[in-house]
Amino acid sequence: MNSGSPSRSDTKRRPFPGTEFLSVTNLKKYFPLRSGLFGGGHAWVHAVDGISFELAQGEILGLVGESGCGKSTTGRLILGLLEPTSGKILFMGEDISKASARRMRELRREIQIIFQDPYASLNPRMTIGATLEEPLIIHRYGSSEERRLHVRQLLEKVGLDPDIVNRYPHEFSGGQRQRIGVARAIALTPKLIVADEPVSSLDVSIQAQVINLLENIQEEYGLSMIFIAHDLNMVRHISDRVAVMYLGRIVELGQASDLYRQPLHPYTQALLAAIPIPDPKVKRNRILLEGDLPSPVDLPKGCRFYSRCPQRVSDCLREDPELVQIRPNHWAACILAK
Amino acid sequence: MNSALLTIRNLRTQFHTAEGVIRAVDGIDLTVRSGRVLGVVGESGSGKSVTALSVLRLIPKPPGEIVSGEILFDGTNLLTLREKEMQTIRGKRIAMIFQEPMTSLNPVFSIGNQISEMLRLHMKMSRKDARHRTIELLEMVGIPSADRRIDEYPHQLSGGMRQRVMIAMAISCNPEIIFADEPTTALDVTIQAQILVLLDQLRERLGMSLVLISHDLGVIAEVAHEVAIMYAGRIVEEAGTEELFSRPLHPYTQGLLASLPRFDKAGGRKERLQVIPGTVPTLTESLPGCKFTPRCGVAIPHCGLEEPPLKEIHPGHRVRCWVAFGEKSP
Repeated sequence: MNSGSPSRSDTKRRPFPGTEFLSVTNLKKYFPLRSGLFGGGHAWVHAVDGISFELAQGEILGLVGESGCGKSTTGRLILGLLEPTSGKILFMGEDISKASARRMRELRREIQIIFQDPYASLNPRMTIGATLEEPLIIHRYGSSEERRLHVRQLLEKVGLDPDIVNRYPHEFSGGQRQRIGVARAIALTPKLIVADEPVSSLDVSIQAQVINLLENIQEEYGLSMIFIAHDLNMVRHISDRVAVMYLGRIVELGQASDLYRQPLHPYTQALLAAIPIPDPKVKRNRILLEGDLPSPVDLPKGCRFYSRCPQRVSDCLREDPELVQIRPNHWAACILAK
Repeated sequence: MNSALLTIRNLRTQFHTAEGVIRAVDGIDLTVRSGRVLGVVGESGSGKSVTALSVLRLIPKPPGEIVSGEILFDGTNLLTLREKEMQTIRGKRIAMIFQEPMTSLNPVFSIGNQISEMLRLHMKMSRKDARHRTIELLEMVGIPSADRRIDEYPHQLSGGMRQRVMIAMAISCNPEIIFADEPTTALDVTIQAQILVLLDQLRERLGMSLVLISHDLGVIAEVAHEVAIMYAGRIVEEAGTEELFSRPLHPYTQGLLASLPRFDKAGGRKERLQVIPGTVPTLTESLPGCKFTPRCGVAIPHCGLEEPPLKEIHPGHRVRCWVAFGEKSP
C-alpha cells in the first residue's frame, strides 16, 4: 500500500526527492505473552499488526494513538531496537530488519532517538561532555580536539552554555536535559530521528521551548522525523502527515491539516472530540467512547474498533478493514469512510 | 454566588531539605464554594498539590510543615484539630483522588474490600450493608457488572477503571468536597473524557464541590467554574473560568495560553510556538519581588524589588502583577 507522496504545498519549503527515504511494509511485531515450559507460545500480544507507511526526506510524520496502540513499538522497530516478527523496513533502499549487527551499528549513525524521559536516558555518572562525546568516539569522529569542539558546538546549537561540559545531568532541569538529549541525537548528523513522546514529561511552559528547538533542528538539518505522542495538539502542530494507530494498526493516515479538519475514521473523530480545548467558549459535541481498549491478545474479529465504535454496523464484523485511499492522500481503514 | 464551604487563608507550607527551606506554598488564599468546581492550575513545584495535601493535613512532618494560615471548614480551623478529629473529616467530609490510582489502591485487597472498609469505618455500616452500598457505588461510577467486579483486585482493572474505583471510594461517604489532583493525567484522552464527564455528573448529582488540580488548561476550561493559577507557591491570578480564559491578565497566564498549540486553530507547520523563556524556579531561593520576573517579557524595574499583592482589578478577577495594575514605576 502506498501512503501517497508528500504534500504539494510543502514541496517549496522542504526538499522532497522522489526516491523513497523510509518505507515500511506490512510490519508486524508480536510479543509472546507466556513463554517457558508449559503452554508457551500460544498467546501473543499483537503490538504492531501489519502496518505500512512511507516517510519522505525532510518530512515529519506524527504517530498518535492511546497507550497500547503500538506507536512506541513501531518506533523501536524502525530504530532496530526490536526485531520485527515479519514485514519490511526499507531505509534508503536497505532492509534494516535484515541488517547484521555490525551494519546496524553503522545505521545507528543515521537513525537516532529522542526519549520521553531525559532523566532516565542520561547516565547520571557521566558528565554532559562525556555523554555527548561517547557516540562520536564509537563512530570514530575526528580527533579528540575536534570532538571536544563539536560537543561545544552541539550544546550551543541546542541553546545551552557550552561550558556545562563538566557538569552532571542532575544539575539540570527537565527541559535542559531534553536539550541535551536533542544534542546527543544530532551529534552524528543523522537523517532520521524517532522522537518518542519527547515533551510529555516536561512542564507546559517548557514544552514549547523544546518543540521549537526540534523544529529548528529539523529544518536546519533537513531531517526526517517520526514524532510519537499522545498529545494530539502537539502532533498537529509539528507534523506534516499524521498516522493514527489503534490496537496495532494504522486506522487513518493523511496530511495533518486534512486529518484534523475532516477525520474519516470514527476513532479519529472520537479522539479529536475528546481533546479538551483551553477555551471555555468553545462548546463541542463530545463523542464519548464506550469502554476501554480491547486486549491486544484476544483481538476481536472484524474491525478492531467495533466494540467502542459509535457508528458500527453489522458488516464491520466481517473483516478487519484495510487502509484505503478515500480522498487524495487521505487513507482510512473503515468500511463506512467516504 | 454560592456560599463559601472551605476557606484557606494565608497558608504557608514548607519543607526542610538539605538544600534549604522549600517554600512550597507561600501564603495562599482560596475559597471553595458549595456546588462549584474550582480549578487550580500550575506546573511542577507551583504548590498546587501541596495545597491539597495541606488541607487534608497529609503533609509528612518532617520534612514538611504547615507554618501558618487557617483552613476554615464548617466553622472550624482544620489546622488546629487533633489527628483524631481530623480523621472524622479526611476521607469522609473531604475526600481526595490522586493521579495514579495504582499507588493509592492497596494491591492485596479486592476493590470491594477497600471501599467497604471505608463505609464500615466512617459510616459504621454492617458488612452486608457495606457490600450492597459498594456495588451501588461501583454502578454509580460506571463500572459494568459491578456485582462481579467488586471482588477483583486493582491489577485486574484498566487505568480508567481503577480511576473509577478511586472515585467510588472518594464519594463513598458523601463528602462535601473532593480534591482531585491530576485525576486524568495518567489516562488516555478518550478515557480522560469519560472520567471528566463522570466527575462533573457526580458533583452535580451529589451536590459536592470539586477542587480540580491540573496542569492542563484544556481540562480546566472544560470543567471548572472558577480558576486559580499558581506559580512558585503563590496564586498569581484568579477569576471565573470564562473571564480568565478570555481576559488573562498575568503575563504567566498569558504565556501559558499562548504556548499551547491548538489543533482547532492550527495554522501552517511553519509557525513556531510562543515560548515562556527560562525554567520553572526552584523554591529554595527567596528573591524579592515577583517570582515570575526572570521569565517575564513585560517586567518593569519595580517587579524585581517588591512583590505585588493579589489585587482585584475587575469584579471577581484578581491578579498579582504590577504591570497589570498599571504601575509604571515604584
